[in-house]
Amino acid sequence: MFETFLFVLLAVVTTIAAILVIVQRNPVASAIYLIITLFCLAGIYLLLSAPFIAVIQVLVYAGAIMVLFLFVIMLLNLEKEKKLIYRNRLQKVLGVFLGGVLLAQIGMIFSSVLLEGSKGKFPAEKVAALGNTEVVARLLFTDFLLPFEIVSVLLLVAIVGAIVLAKKQI
Amino acid sequence: MNLVIPEINWSAIGPELTLSITAMVLLLLSVVASPTARRAIPYLSLLGIAFALLLCISLWGKSAYAFNRMVVLDNYALFFKIIFLITTALTVLMSIRYLKEQGYEHGEYYVLILFAAVGMMFMASAADLIIVFLGLETFSLAIYVLAGFFRAQPKSIESSLKYFLLGAFSTGFLLYGIALIYGATGTTNLKGIYEFVSKAPALTDPLLLIGMGLLIVGFGFKVASVPFHMWTPDVYEGAPTSITAFMSVGPKAAGFAAFLRVFLYALSPLQTDWIWILWVLAVLTMTLGNVVAIAQKNIKRMLAYSSIAHAGYILVAMVAADELGTASVLYYMLAYAFMNLGAFGVIILFGRKGEENVNISDYSGMAAKYPLLAAVMAIFMFSLAGIPPTAGFVGKFYIFSAAVKAGYIGLAIIGVLNSALSVYFYLRITVMMYMRSPEKEFAKLEPSPAMVIALIIAVFGTLQIGITPSHYLNLAKQSILALM
Amino acid sequence: MVSLSSYLILSAILFSVGVVGFLLRRNIIVIFMSIELMLNAANLAFVAFSRFLDSMDGQIFVFFVMAVAAAEAVVGLAIIMAMYRVKETVNADEMNLMKW
Repeated sequence: MFETFLFVLLAVVTTIAAILVIVQRNPVASAIYLIITLFCLAGIYLLLSAPFIAVIQVLVYAGAIMVLFLFVIMLLNLEKEKKLIYRNRLQKVLGVFLGGVLLAQIGMIFSSVLLEGSKGKFPAEKVAALGNTEVVARLLFTDFLLPFEIVSVLLLVAIVGAIVLAKKQI
Repeated sequence: MNLVIPEINWSAIGPELTLSITAMVLLLLSVVASPTARRAIPYLSLLGIAFALLLCISLWGKSAYAFNRMVVLDNYALFFKIIFLITTALTVLMSIRYLKEQGYEHGEYYVLILFAAVGMMFMASAADLIIVFLGLETFSLAIYVLAGFFRAQPKSIESSLKYFLLGAFSTGFLLYGIALIYGATGTTNLKGIYEFVSKAPALTDPLLLIGMGLLIVGFGFKVASVPFHMWTPDVYEGAPTSITAFMSVGPKAAGFAAFLRVFLYALSPLQTDWIWILWVLAVLTMTLGNVVAIAQKNIKRMLAYSSIAHAGYILVAMVAADELGTASVLYYMLAYAFMNLGAFGVIILFGRKGEENVNISDYSGMAAKYPLLAAVMAIFMFSLAGIPPTAGFVGKFYIFSAAVKAGYIGLAIIGVLNSALSVYFYLRITVMMYMRSPEKEFAKLEPSPAMVIALIIAVFGTLQIGITPSHYLNLAKQSILALM
Repeated sequence: MVSLSSYLILSAILFSVGVVGFLLRRNIIVIFMSIELMLNAANLAFVAFSRFLDSMDGQIFVFFVMAVAAAEAVVGLAIIMAMYRVKETVNADEMNLMKW
C-alpha cells in the first residue's frame, strides 16, 4: 500500500519534471529539472530493491554528470532562448504526434506484460540477505570482469578525447 | 569470504590486448618523449597493428568461448578483426603526411585510432549484448573525437557534433532494445537468447518484437542505412579525410559484424519477422544512396552517399540469409575496405593544405600529369562500380546471386539496376581524369613513402581479391559456420 | 505490490519525452539532456526487469550504462565547448555549413 503510494508519487514527479526539462527556455532550468528527474528515478530504484544503483545514480548521474552540464552552461554563458522551438507549426505538431504514437504503441504493449524469460538465481530476499552491494561486487569481478575492463578503456578514451578537443593548446 | 578468481583466456582477447597496450604506451610517449621522438609514434602504432595481425592469423581455426561466455573466439570474429586491422593500418599510413601538412601532428590521433580499433574488435567477437554495447561505445567515442580533430576548422567540429548527436541518439534506441530483449528472454547472452527464442512457442511475444525493432533502428543508424542516414554525408564531408576513410569502413564493418551475429544467430528463429524490414531497408538504402550521389559535386560527399549505397548492398546479402549470402557479406566487407580506403587515399594525396581539391571537377585532366595516380584511382572507381576483374564486381556478383538463390529475385533486380546506376557517377570521375583537359594548374605532388605503400596495398588487395575470389570466399565460408 | 507494467509504462513515457525533446529542441545542450532522458528510461527498464526476473544482470548492466553515459557526457560537452570556441553559438539551426 505504502509502496504503491510512493511509486505513484515518484512517477508523477518524474513525468512532470521530464516534460519540464524539454519545455523550459532557460538551459539552467532544464538542468535543474533533469536533476529532479534523476533523484526521483533513484527513489524508484530503491523501491525496486536496487540500493546500490540508486546511490550510484545520485553520485554519478546527478552528482557528476549534471554538475558537468551546469559547468558548461555557465562557462558558455548561455542566455534564455527567445523562442522555445524554432520550427514551424507543422513540424511541432508532427513531432509531438510522433512522440505520442511511440508512447501509445509501447504503452499498449506494456500494459499487459507476461514475463516468460528464464528466471535468474537472485530473488530479492536472497540478495537482501547477502547485501545488494556485495552481490553486485561479486558479479562485477567474476562474471562481468571483461565488460568491467572494457569500460576502463572506454573511460580512458573519453578522457583523452575530451582533452584533445577542449584544451586550449595541446 | 571466498572469491573464485575467474580464469582468464588471454588468447581470446589477444589482438585487443596487443592494441590496447600499444595505444597506452603511445599515449605515454606522446606526453613524455621529446618532439623528435614523437615522430616515431605512427610507426610504433603500425608495429602494434602488425603484431596484432600476426596474432589473429595464428589464432585462425580456434574456437572457444571466454570470460563467462561473453566473447567468442572463432573464425568469424578473426575475419572481421583482420579487416579492422587492415583498415587501421591503411588509415595510419595515409595520415602521417596528411596530419603534418594540416598542422595537427599529435600523437593522440594514433592513440584514439588504436582504441577505436579495439572497440570494433570487441564488437566483432561479442557473444553477449553487453559487449556489443560497450565495444560500440568505445569506438564511437573515439571517432566522435577524431572527426573533430582539426579543431580550428569549423566544418570539422560541426561534423563531430553531428556525428555525436546522431550516435548518442542511436545508442538510446539500441539500449532500450537491449533492455526489452533482456526483459523478454531473461538474459543478454546471445546463446541464451537463441535458446530461449528457439524453444519458446510464444514467438509473438511483443516485448521481444519491439526490442528487435529498436535494435534494428539502433544498428541501422550505425551502418547509415536509410532512413537513419540523415547527417552522414555532412559528417563525412567535414571530418579530416583520413578519418572519413576510417569511418566509412570501420564502424560499418563493426556494425554489420554485430548485426549479423545478433540477427542471423540469436534472433534467427524470428527470421520471418525481421526479414521484410531488412528488405525494405535494403531497397531504400541502395536507391537513395545511388540516386543522390549522382547530384554531388564534392567528391567526399559523393563517396559518402556511395558508402550508404554499399551498406544497402550488404543488407541485400543479409536478406538472403543462407550460406552464400552471409559469406558474401564478409567477402564484400573485405573488398569494400580495400577499395574505399584506396579511393580516400588518392583524395588525401591529391588534396593540398586547406582541402583545395575537393570538387569532382578538380580531377579533370589528372591522367595527363599524373598517369599512375589516375590509373590507381580508376581501379578503385571500377571496383566500386562493380566492373570486372576487380573485387567489387565479384562481391556484387556473389551478393546478387545469393539473393536470387534465396528467392528474392525482385531484390536482386533492384540491386543490379542500382549498380548500373552507380556506374555513372563512378565512371564520371574516370572520364574526367582521362578525357577532360585540366581546369587549373596542378601543383607538384610528392607522396610520402607511407602513402605510396598504402595505395599499393589497396590496389593489390582490390585486384587480388577480385582475380582469385574463391580463396577468399572459402575463408569467408569457414568463418560463418558458427552462425549457421 | 506495484506491477511490472507500471514501471515499464513510466520508462516508455520517459523515453518518448526524450525522443520528442531531441527532435524538437534547437539548443544543443537541451538536445543532449533529452538523450540523457532516453538513457535513463532504458536504465529504469533494466532495473525493473532485473527485479521481476530475479536476476542481477540488469543492475550490472545499468552500472555499465552509467559509466558509458558519463563518458559520453564528457566527450559531448567537450565537443560543444570546442564548437563554441569556433562559432560562438549553441543553436543547432546555425550548424549549416554543409548543405544537402
